[in-house]
Amino acid sequence: MKKQIKDFVIIQNQRVSPDSFMLRLRCFDPLEEIKPGQFVEILVNNSQSTFLRRPFSIHDVDYKENIISVYIKIVGDGTRQLAYSEEGDYLNLVYPLGNGFEILENKKVLLVGGGCGIAPLLYLSKKLNEANNEVDFAFGGKSHDDIFSIEEFEQEGCVSISTEDGSFGEKGYVTQSQLMYQLEEYDAVYTCGPEPMMKALAKLAAEAKVECYVSLENTMACGIGACLCCVTETTKGNKCVCTEGPVFNTKDLKW
Amino acid sequence: MVDLNIKIKDLLFKNPVLTASGTFGFGEEFADFVDINNLGGIIVKGTTLEHREGNPYPRMAETPSGMLNAVGLQNKGVDNFINDIYPRIKHYDTNILVNVSGSKIEDYVAVVEKLNHLDKIPAIELNISCPNVKEGGMAFGTSCASAALITKEVRKAYNKIIMVKLSPNVSNIADIAKSVEDEGADSVSLINTLLGMAIDAHKRKPVLSTFTGGLSGPCIKPVALRMVWQVANRVKIPVVGLGGIMNPIDAIEFLLAGATAVQVGTANFIDPQISEKIVQGIEDYLELHNFKSVYDIIGLINREK
Repeated sequence: MKKQIKDFVIIQNQRVSPDSFMLRLRCFDPLEEIKPGQFVEILVNNSQSTFLRRPFSIHDVDYKENIISVYIKIVGDGTRQLAYSEEGDYLNLVYPLGNGFEILENKKVLLVGGGCGIAPLLYLSKKLNEANNEVDFAFGGKSHDDIFSIEEFEQEGCVSISTEDGSFGEKGYVTQSQLMYQLEEYDAVYTCGPEPMMKALAKLAAEAKVECYVSLENTMACGIGACLCCVTETTKGNKCVCTEGPVFNTKDLKW
Repeated sequence: MVDLNIKIKDLLFKNPVLTASGTFGFGEEFADFVDINNLGGIIVKGTTLEHREGNPYPRMAETPSGMLNAVGLQNKGVDNFINDIYPRIKHYDTNILVNVSGSKIEDYVAVVEKLNHLDKIPAIELNISCPNVKEGGMAFGTSCASAALITKEVRKAYNKIIMVKLSPNVSNIADIAKSVEDEGADSVSLINTLLGMAIDAHKRKPVLSTFTGGLSGPCIKPVALRMVWQVANRVKIPVVGLGGIMNPIDAIEFLLAGATAVQVGTANFIDPQISEKIVQGIEDYLELHNFKSVYDIIGLINREK
């Protein structure tokens, strides 16, 4: 689909935890097909220190209602201003950006999310299920606060959870959880989360000889491949995360 | 109907709005958002003789009202441009300028000799002001002697329009502009980015892998305007102004200061449609104030002082 720049209206802004929230954004025109793993860049109003748009993954898409759900963790003034936005406010989006995840067919796949990296895995899992895959989830966070949308995820597959403080699920990192000893049962692993988590997972997946797709979140300016700021080192040189990613097969990364 | 045409030597631009090198890719990246044919020109990403990987990530730091970049001229080299990119973009009905950069004068000369043969490239922008490479780049643009020398050598090798992109990281930019004019530059564009730095106090580390980078965005606009005004009062060749232009009024300020045309850079990252909106906005402004031609406002503040 062509890239667009459009105003969306906020139809819901719901606190998920003390430092995160879910925006449901309605487009006035019918939404065209968006690929899982593609992202949006949102213009932040009313934030003096925020100059650039902010990239966010797409948590879910509702084509009937023309709604995109975006999960946002408050990390700075830009995301704080977005948290203050109200139902009925308009947000300007550039979307859909990036290539998204490759959708396999008839496979058994594990989706591993850490913190706000859990967000893009819901829409991904829906598309994977449509393609007859068997989907399991492993989520990690610092505490229970970092884990969200569990009911929705459980409709798509079996969910296991780890938190560093043990407030929800197994205690420890998701990369140390029981599921990691069974990686060879899967045909592929899809992951999004903090880089140390994804690197640890990529290593485990390589040892288990399982394909591993990672979604990166390098800081970026334009989001459309012009500024060359968000590059990651690949076996074929520096590649823009925004246009040649954000999803990469770890085989292609110089990790 | 107002006349938006401007000329640099004998090269006609349908309007005074160009997109700045390194902020607009090769035009194609923005094709979903703007009609490239409606722009005065596009200046494509800095091109060097050989392929360059650029600097390591992180290369960008957001700053108040702007950003720092330290991309370091990542590009696939001039041969890749000629063979792969040029055939894809040459159909655009606008002036396509190639921004030429390098570490050695011989490299610049080798690049422009190759570009001389491309029918749809009527001009180059000679980049002697990139602050993000270890060798060459900005070093050529920070003394009158070296700026003059490189302009002279490139002039000998290139027979179309040369626009020299100047660095603001100098004590007297008008002197540099004069010295490249004297060696045959057809135009100067200014300003390139200002050398800056960002530090992450929480991590106690520089934000950029290179420590320093080039500052762009509206935070540099007053500096850019001042320099454009100084240079326009010093040289006879057309001055192309850039630095923090975010909207049509910013662009008009540069024209009033003496710029014949403007480049839109960092603003493309925030509103990918802004270049075309600025063309429209300049036209609206001229109509509103009953000017017949963009030339009616170029340097107007200097005429009425």
